Amino acid sequence: MNERTVAKRPAGTGTTGARGGVPAARPDSEAPIPPTAEADNRSHVRPGDRIFKGLATGSGIFIVVLIAAIGIFLLLQAIPSLGLNHVNFLTSREWSTGDVGDMRFGILDLFLVTVVSSAFALVIAMPIALGIALFLTQYAPRRLARPFAYVIDLLAAVPSIIFGLWGLLVLGPVLTPIGEWLTSTLGWFFLFDEGNVSIELGGTIFTAGIVLAVMILPIITAVSREVFDRTPVTHVEGAIALGATKWEVVRTTVLPFGKAGYVSASMLGLGRALGETIALMIILSGTGAAFAWSLFDGGATFASKIALAAPEFNDPRTAGAYIAAGLVLFVLTFGVNAVARSIVAGHKEYE
Amino acid sequence: MKTKRHGAVIGLIAAGALLLTACGSDNNAGNTGAAQTTGESSSPVECGGKSKLSAEGSSAQKNAIDTFVQAYQQRCSGSDLAYNASGSGAGVKQFIAGQVDFGGSDSPLSESKGEVASAAERCEGNPAWNLPMVFGPVALGYKLEGVADLTLNGEVAAKIFNGTVKKWNDPAISALNSGASLPDKNITVIYRSDESGTTDNFQQYLEAASGGAWTQGAGKQFKGGVGEGKEKSAGVAQAAGAVDGAITYVELSFAQDNKLSIAKIDNGSGAVELNEQSVGKAIDGATIKGTGNDLVLDLGSIYGASTEGAYPLLLATYEIVCSKGYDADTAKAVKAFLTVAATDGQAGLADAGYAPLPKAFQEKLLTAIEAIA
Repeated sequence: MNERTVAKRPAGTGTTGARGGVPAARPDSEAPIPPTAEADNRSHVRPGDRIFKGLATGSGIFIVVLIAAIGIFLLLQAIPSLGLNHVNFLTSREWSTGDVGDMRFGILDLFLVTVVSSAFALVIAMPIALGIALFLTQYAPRRLARPFAYVIDLLAAVPSIIFGLWGLLVLGPVLTPIGEWLTSTLGWFFLFDEGNVSIELGGTIFTAGIVLAVMILPIITAVSREVFDRTPVTHVEGAIALGATKWEVVRTTVLPFGKAGYVSASMLGLGRALGETIALMIILSGTGAAFAWSLFDGGATFASKIALAAPEFNDPRTAGAYIAAGLVLFVLTFGVNAVARSIVAGHKEYE
Repeated sequence: MKTKRHGAVIGLIAAGALLLTACGSDNNAGNTGAAQTTGESSSPVECGGKSKLSAEGSSAQKNAIDTFVQAYQQRCSGSDLAYNASGSGAGVKQFIAGQVDFGGSDSPLSESKGEVASAAERCEGNPAWNLPMVFGPVALGYKLEGVADLTLNGEVAAKIFNGTVKKWNDPAISALNSGASLPDKNITVIYRSDESGTTDNFQQYLEAASGGAWTQGAGKQFKGGVGEGKEKSAGVAQAAGAVDGAITYVELSFAQDNKLSIAKIDNGSGAVELNEQSVGKAIDGATIKGTGNDLVLDLGSIYGASTEGAYPLLLATYEIVCSKGYDADTAKAVKAFLTVAATDGQAGLADAGYAPLPKAFQEKLLTAIEAIA
């Protein structure tokens, strides 16, 4: 409605007098345009507007339909297998789908490993990304900031299989002594308890989380940088005028302004971490033991578990069990995003 | 790692070169009519038909198929085959759907899953045959400082892989290795975390040969409940090579590449080393479960055999073909390819980590291939 009003107003004002034929009937030229002029021109929407509106609406509908279709597909494929499940799908730690007559699969361990490894990655990546973004926008000289930002964006372009191999062959051995030290000195704390896979091989959530952190770093950094860069100059200058130091400027203007953007950037990163497949498939060691809340446990995430089994799917009922796991990941990601949205919505101090 | 990679590449090139020379000499022998010792080249191959065959399936036989394809191109110029190693499940599925000319699978078509019936439908009402073309010995590869020579048997292997035996100096192991000084070290079991035919065959072996020590059953997922899973053959071999005290089951070529020691297997009549002869002996001893030319193997006859000098731990992979029902062009090319694979193609197999077919078994396969129409 609004844009139409704006678009038609000149035409409306131009014709009112001529068409009405009674200029005297309008003593005050300040009077608002009569609504009839609007109604007359209702059909005169410009084609550009119509096309653009159509495209935008179409895109919106498309993505909603697509997501709904994915959800429905997952659900339809999963239901028959869930019916054949002999253990509780949500609370069991077993995963044995080979024998269709006796399928026992539960997602508890997959869920915990997925969440813990992603959360660990986020704990590492969030402060570092914040530091990088602040450095690039506030501290780095302009000439340096640009190329530096490109280099970080480049990290996002590294294929995840490279990260996986790097994690397994390069980072894993480097982390071994650190892991051994952590388990021996901080072993009383459940996160650093000795895990169910060998630290020597590096196939732990600890290694995986660090690799994930590197992978999500560029996403969080890039978005936060853009947001921090848009801190109104007047705010910054105001703070400086009040005698604030650089740190105080960051604390009182940049951070409050960018908080919402930073949080949603982190959630974007978390989404990637939850769904990361190939790197984790290569790094994480499988284990027959249950997940015991240690960072030095092995296991599999939803995505890596599915990827490990996918080449040998030859029965829809077996595949259905994995699809059911995929459905949980779908819901989990959805939940994470919803939480992120609500956090962001609650912090819109500057909008 | 880099040098290792280079090593692998050079090895591959060397293997390829060997293969080419092998084929070359075969052809010469054919021309002159001289009796070649193996007699492989004497088998006539009718080239022709469809110039580009397609096949899909088991990744365990990928390297073998590659050597077959090289031999096929040598023998029948202008012919080619594309093999997509997407896994046994996918191979069977694509074969049944008629997307590929034949499928590769680690296990024969399953009656209970309805694969036999739907494959017959794909072959226009004719039965599909399972031809065990590729045998890959599976090594019990281990890394244990100071122990270069180790003998295990089915029962002890089962106990190691289900966690009953946890230390290298366990009496069960020392009983088989009198004189060896076994360290007091934990055994780190490494298994395949992905679903694989190798795991399935290994567990079937344990089931058949352990005398009841393996109660976990078979299947493509490892069920031992101990140890640490790594992805694919390359992953398990790499991991086993990285930890002192590790043991794993992996295809021979991967064990060799990662410098793992390979355990001998005592099948009841003495320790048997893994080599071409011992594997050939085991294949020769296999009984066929299928009827006529459907050469489904009774794996129990390999795994449970106590033939002297036979290495029992093998992975048998099948080519799944239509007995009839191909169009003339395709039938001709499929026959040509399989014939070359069973004859000329055998020369390069040992270098690729597989076991060449023993003579008697080769005859059986050739009879079946000949009968495809």
